[in-house]
Amino acid sequence: MNEIVDMIEKEHMRLDLPEIHPGDNIKVYTKVLEGDKERIQIFEGVVISVRGGNIRKTFTVRKISHGVGVEKTFPLHSPLIEKIEITGRSKVRRAKLYYLRQLKGKAARLKEKR
Amino acid sequence: MAVGILGKKLGMTQIFDEQGNVVPVTVIKAGPCYVIQKKVEAKEGYNAIQVGFDEVTKEKNVNKPMGGHFKKAGVPPLRFIKEFRLDNEELELFQVGKVYGADLFETGTYVDVVGISKGKGFQGVVKRHGFRGAPASRGTHEYFRHGGSIGQNMTPGRTMKGKKMPGHMGAKRVTVQNLKVVEVKPELNVILVKGAVPGPNNGYLIIKRAIKKR
Repeated sequence: MNEIVDMIEKEHMRLDLPEIHPGDNIKVYTKVLEGDKERIQIFEGVVISVRGGNIRKTFTVRKISHGVGVEKTFPLHSPLIEKIEITGRSKVRRAKLYYLRQLKGKAARLKEKR
Repeated sequence: MAVGILGKKLGMTQIFDEQGNVVPVTVIKAGPCYVIQKKVEAKEGYNAIQVGFDEVTKEKNVNKPMGGHFKKAGVPPLRFIKEFRLDNEELELFQVGKVYGADLFETGTYVDVVGISKGKGFQGVVKRHGFRGAPASRGTHEYFRHGGSIGQNMTPGRTMKGKKMPGHMGAKRVTVQNLKVVEVKPELNVILVKGAVPGPNNGYLIIKRAIKKR
């Protein structure tokens, strides 16, 4: 890629966020605009995929909400992300944890990293 | 009749706006442009400035006639040369040898971008003109991406002029209008324009103020 394009991407990237990996349990604090009021919404779950590089990097968080599996994909460098909190890390053997979609309950647990 | 700028497409990327929306942008190296020659009504029959962009680093790549032309203007040898037609008043703002760059444009304004589109070679009617082709099933035999009939019978007895048929596609001058300038970096001579621009990366472009939108 052209170095000037690369530079422009780096300029718009956020460096204040922690590094996240597949298998991490995270809390994503996102800004939500309702009318003209802004509030913070928290989405908590396990990271099942991280893809893209530089400013195009996105990650997908999966959680079970009222018995229904919910996934949300966030652009990592979006200004709408207030902060990311890592609550735990798990030992995983692959980069994409899409197999969790087929599992539920006890089978969908991941081994904690020590 | 405003002056435009010559540039080079560097590539595409995306950035975020204040609302957090992803904006696709094309990064364009716009300038430095050198004024090589001034053409005036009295001498050449019309008012214009001749502008060049992209310095040639090796002297052997410049031929004698053009070399002399650049030397006369006191500018380095340049690869990409175009003219911009100007009004009388505008013409006075430019002297031969003047250098200008990306700061010609402001963030939030609109521009038209001209480039040479990517060549696609000899293409059929489906790709070239968006024909639907023939049904993929129900008895179709060796007739999938054809254009169908190209005319009537004895009257008119010929195929109409301009009938859309297969042929060479791309590699021609294309203008994209009303692209928003998202960001200007005068120190780098780089502008960021929302959306796509004709041509490959490193292709030459002409960037002008939008004629239909302010």
